[in-house]
Amino acid sequence: MTQAEIKLCSLLLQEHFGEIVEKIGVHLIRTGSQPLRVIAHDTGTSLDQVKKALCVLIQHNLVIYQVHKRGVVEYEAQCSRVLRMLRYPRYIYTAKTLYSDTGELIVEELLLNGKMTMSAVVKKVADRLTETMEDGKTMDYAEVSNTFVRLADTHFVQRCPLVPATENSDSGPPPPAPTLVISEKDMYLVPKLSLIGKGKRRRSSEEDATGEPKAKRPKHTADNKEPIPDDGIYWQADLDRFHQHFRDQAIVSAVANRMDQTSSEIVRTMLRMSEITTSSSAPFTQPLSSNEIFRSLPVGYNISKQVLDQYLTLLADDPLEFVGKSGDSGGGMYVINLHKALGSLATATLESVVQERFGSRCARIFRLVLQKKHLEQKQEIPKTPDHAPSRTFYLYTVNILSAARMLLHRCYKSIANLIERRQFETKENKRLLEKSQRVEAIIASMQATGAEEAQLQEIEEMITAPERQQLETLKRNVNKLDASEIQVDETIFLLESYIESTMKRQ
Amino acid sequence: MAGNKGRGRAAYTFNIEAVGFSRGEKLPDAVLKPPPLFPDADYKPVPLRTGEGEDYMLALKQELRETMKRMPYFMETPEEKQDWRRLPREMMPTKKCKKAGPKSKKAKDAGKGTSLTNTADVLKKIEELEKRGDGEKSDEENEEKEGSKEKGKEGEEEEEDDAAEQEEYDEEEQEEENDYINSYFEDGDDFGADSDDNMDEATY
Repeated sequence: MTQAEIKLCSLLLQEHFGEIVEKIGVHLIRTGSQPLRVIAHDTGTSLDQVKKALCVLIQHNLVIYQVHKRGVVEYEAQCSRVLRMLRYPRYIYTAKTLYSDTGELIVEELLLNGKMTMSAVVKKVADRLTETMEDGKTMDYAEVSNTFVRLADTHFVQRCPLVPATENSDSGPPPPAPTLVISEKDMYLVPKLSLIGKGKRRRSSEEDATGEPKAKRPKHTADNKEPIPDDGIYWQADLDRFHQHFRDQAIVSAVANRMDQTSSEIVRTMLRMSEITTSSSAPFTQPLSSNEIFRSLPVGYNISKQVLDQYLTLLADDPLEFVGKSGDSGGGMYVINLHKALGSLATATLESVVQERFGSRCARIFRLVLQKKHLEQKQEIPKTPDHAPSRTFYLYTVNILSAARMLLHRCYKSIANLIERRQFETKENKRLLEKSQRVEAIIASMQATGAEEAQLQEIEEMITAPERQQLETLKRNVNKLDASEIQVDETIFLLESYIESTMKRQ
Repeated sequence: MAGNKGRGRAAYTFNIEAVGFSRGEKLPDAVLKPPPLFPDADYKPVPLRTGEGEDYMLALKQELRETMKRMPYFMETPEEKQDWRRLPREMMPTKKCKKAGPKSKKAKDAGKGTSLTNTADVLKKIEELEKRGDGEKSDEENEEKEGSKEKGKEGEEEEEDDAAEQEEYDEEEQEEENDYINSYFEDGDDFGADSDDNMDEATY
């Protein structure tokens, strides 16, 4: 792992889990796989704290464990998974666009908690949705369950590997750590649960949903001693599936920009048809016949078969080669060239960076060299058979993979800088921020107890006009820095996808 | 003596070739100021994308950040263990409030690690309870003690760093209470005792 990646992981871990987890996590990222006591010794942390930190990291799928010889358990951090924390807002927003608020909250809970049982997710999400509903209305568990099942069916959430069922426990002492397993067919299998109930509000309204008096309300709903029906079956968000979705989005949007709406819809249809049949790391989708594509077009689309065929031919002939023709049966067999598409997207990113950083002329040169593969500077070149330096000519080329790696590395550094700057801005204004929060809290409580307008104004005036200005500026800056982080992560996604796809080909 | 300044060529007092320059006039320009903090950007960056999706994700990101800090997975750094026998009794934080500022400020002179908050006290209580409770945990505790002893031996530097950190933190806390420079402020006899008890009200 490069220093830039480690630095970024450190900032992310610290922001989300605190300094102790950050210390342990970064140590493991640097040193690789280590047993518990070595971690404690090398980091100078107490054993107790190392255990807690590791539990948090394992819970969030950031650290895995393995039993080595002589029964020693070793822990290993997953640096790339830590970096995915940057993308959490995008995963959650995507779930919202596909499965609305219910889907959004399901994915959010899974990401916030690392792993959860389905019953726990359903209860929590039902409660949260109920909070936002009008008085008297509640969210039914069944509705949340349905959305959960849909997320599982489309592979956006998946089961975590399970503790294997041991038949006979007297075949020796239990292993120091379980070896968790999951089979392909079980990964998206939803247990048959009959979750019956409705979400509960935290505050008690006139009519409590459950009828319990407020004093008895426990903090956590797990006060009923019923056995959890899906005990031991945990779920997590399937990040690869989200990545596949992002990749498809990027391809569709590129086709829309380059050609037109109809072409992009056709490509979108083809990608949708290939969602579950093609693995996310395949270089191209399974061949689809023109007839199949015609049948699968969205209901609103009224283009004739001939028009579709024309579009497909156009797409296949396009120099970007997003779509390829692989045969003539069934009216023509077509594939999406996923690897080529990712390459084009990465190249476009590089071109764009050159343009914005160095200007149009440099961008032209860059594009020319890319196009011609190898270009020479204009010079007199006598041809001689030997390799004397004065008579050898040098060619320029762009190595896309190297350039992509270099740019990716820069992106990691950029985000680290953005985060540090944001933390600095917040720290500089810490006192003012806290004052502003206190004032807001006072106003809120006064409003709740029915204070007069004049009193509220008096409290508001405790923050002076220049202080308000300062707070506005701070908010604007923090928003800009946060938004920048999100958008740089989009570039990271494209570059990483391209690099990963290329490495699989080598 | 001044030598031949101004008459004829300047003569170096050392062998210029040893530094890496050949005998000639082409020396690099004199450096007149420190290099700039950031390289010059020739072009302004493209503005950020805006839109509903972007706005929503921004709000989500900020909410998530706050939410994660409140989750049980967020581990707060506990206090460094102190040897209370060596410090004045008044150094020990009281139970109620976090702002034991004035007491710990005095320890700056002592140069020893200062304790900030009541968390040290709470931790002590937890330790005592643990000792009374599970006998099983004794192994862990022994190891913790070993751990902290080792730390105590090695950790002179660590403690000082920690003290420096805590001092910094102290100063920030102090700033909230008043605008005076710390070193000018002289505590009255009852300063520490009184202020801690009335910390339920917020200060502005």
